[in-house]
Amino acid sequence: MSPFLRAVLALGLAFLYAPILVLAVYSFNASNLVTVWGGFSTRWYAALLADGPLLAAAWVSLRVALMAGAISTLLGTLAALALARHGRFRSRRLLTGLVFAPMVMPEVIIGLSLLLLFVGVGLDRGIVTLVIAHATFCTGFVAVVVGARLRGLDRTLEEAAADLGATPRRVFATVTLPLLAPAVLAGFLLAFTLSLDDLVIASFVSGPGATTLPMRLYSQIRLGVNPEINAASTLLVLAVTLAVLAASRLTARR
Amino acid sequence: MSGSQVPAGSGVPLLRLEGVTKRFGAGAAVDGVDLALAENEVFCLLGPSGCGKSTLLRMIAGFERPDAGTIRLGGADITADPPHRRPVNMMFQSYALFPHMSVAGNVAYGLSSLGRAARAARVETLLRLVRLEGYGARRPDTLSGGQRQRVALARALAREPRLLLLDEPLTALDRALREETQSELRALQRRLGTSFVVVTHDPEEAMRLADRVGVMAGGRIVQVGATAELYENPASRYVAGLLGDVNLIPGTLGPAEPGPSRAVETAFGALRARAPAPALEPGAAVVVALRPERVELGAHGLAATVTERIFLGDRIARTLRMGDGTTLRASGPATGAAEHPVGAEIRLGFAAEVAAILPA
Repeated sequence: MSPFLRAVLALGLAFLYAPILVLAVYSFNASNLVTVWGGFSTRWYAALLADGPLLAAAWVSLRVALMAGAISTLLGTLAALALARHGRFRSRRLLTGLVFAPMVMPEVIIGLSLLLLFVGVGLDRGIVTLVIAHATFCTGFVAVVVGARLRGLDRTLEEAAADLGATPRRVFATVTLPLLAPAVLAGFLLAFTLSLDDLVIASFVSGPGATTLPMRLYSQIRLGVNPEINAASTLLVLAVTLAVLAASRLTARR
Repeated sequence: MSGSQVPAGSGVPLLRLEGVTKRFGAGAAVDGVDLALAENEVFCLLGPSGCGKSTLLRMIAGFERPDAGTIRLGGADITADPPHRRPVNMMFQSYALFPHMSVAGNVAYGLSSLGRAARAARVETLLRLVRLEGYGARRPDTLSGGQRQRVALARALAREPRLLLLDEPLTALDRALREETQSELRALQRRLGTSFVVVTHDPEEAMRLADRVGVMAGGRIVQVGATAELYENPASRYVAGLLGDVNLIPGTLGPAEPGPSRAVETAFGALRARAPAPALEPGAAVVVALRPERVELGAHGLAATVTERIFLGDRIARTLRMGDGTTLRASGPATGAAEHPVGAEIRLGFAAEVAAILPA
């Protein structure tokens, strides 16, 4: 790589990651003031553990992300199978569009339309509505990840299994699903991550008692930034990074 | 088609196809194929890619449903049966080994109806059959191409199918390994008594493996017979050209005459060849199909000049220019290599019964 390319790469990476790095560094700041360095300390991480409302919000986020991740993984995998495996059924293009549309739809619009729906059917806003909303917009992402793997899957493997006497159900359980498993898990991790850091949709569809971590952080920042936020954000970035790294490792294998 | 009958002496055919047709879009990939296959027979479907041979094989396996026609196995109609209910197994061209299972797991996959101990014993037997003892715990991606091919074979034989389908079984192997594997495959078939249907585009593979060959073109079986019969007595210039090198000499069919041979007028003189089917009218445009090894160089016959001579070890190939400029290929034994050098004026002939008259 030429020195010029190296410099460009360094600049690009700095542009992307310097803010996060600053955040992480300042989370270890001993000072009460966010912008003044007062020496190294882990006091804000300790403060975090004592902050009841913040921990409650983190617990809500975790539960919502796990449930929404599970639901969207199931639905997204089924959608990918239907789109890839049922030949050219009528309205296939339309269905493809419908599955993927929520990925490009503005989040404000998804949030607003879901809010109207929940109010319309009289569903109390809380964890349940959060899970439904997150599962809705994560399903498309899972379908993309699983669909890519499915298209790369050698169909003769499934034919060989059927040829050896396996019923369609056994073919799916012993050949298709095991070969698809890394993509399904990657899809789950992606959905989990997307749910964990969503603020916009959550603001629309959550209700009292169901404040997620991003919502809690955002409301605190409006009252003024304190270093504890830095610590919480750093942990959130860490969790998301680990999940995405795991997902990309899973899809890259084989 | 007379060639599609089961060889004399066999009872109910193991496999019988009647009018099997498969259309993809506008054209027919397989067009009204009739075929009967005996027990313990190796039948080879030979043709270039796109001739419909693989589609036909996939219909016998059950992966494609024919648009018309019936497929019977041992008398029972299996046309509508899904693949997992057919007592037929297939060895795939890509081998299609399950990458997430061990070699033993692959071979045992079709044996789920057996108990644990019986299954292990059967896997052991099969691995020994294909000379892969001790490889059971290995993963398919750690094996060589030849070993993978043998695992695929063991897996396909595990359920003791009445009919084994092989899709280009040797194409993925290198040449030396291919010849060795061909003999092994044939020996294994004789030992097990399983019938084989082999699909291939390689005439030599067909000749080495098959009892009978069905030559396919445009979704139809154009000729069926033993390889020697197809070689010596092709029904069309397509079949003649598919099985080995051949001179196709254009000409005009002479008048009807009694006896086993007929005259053909060509650009470099009159020839005599085996009398054709009566459907060909005198005066019809024909080609005389003459194998290079049947051309005799000597003191009598048509005048020609040797323009090229290539020593090939076991034989010598010569290119001959006839009086009108037509070139013919001749091949002869390597003994007498010094005879007929380039530039020599020679005369050539051939026995009428070794050359076929075919529609142009």
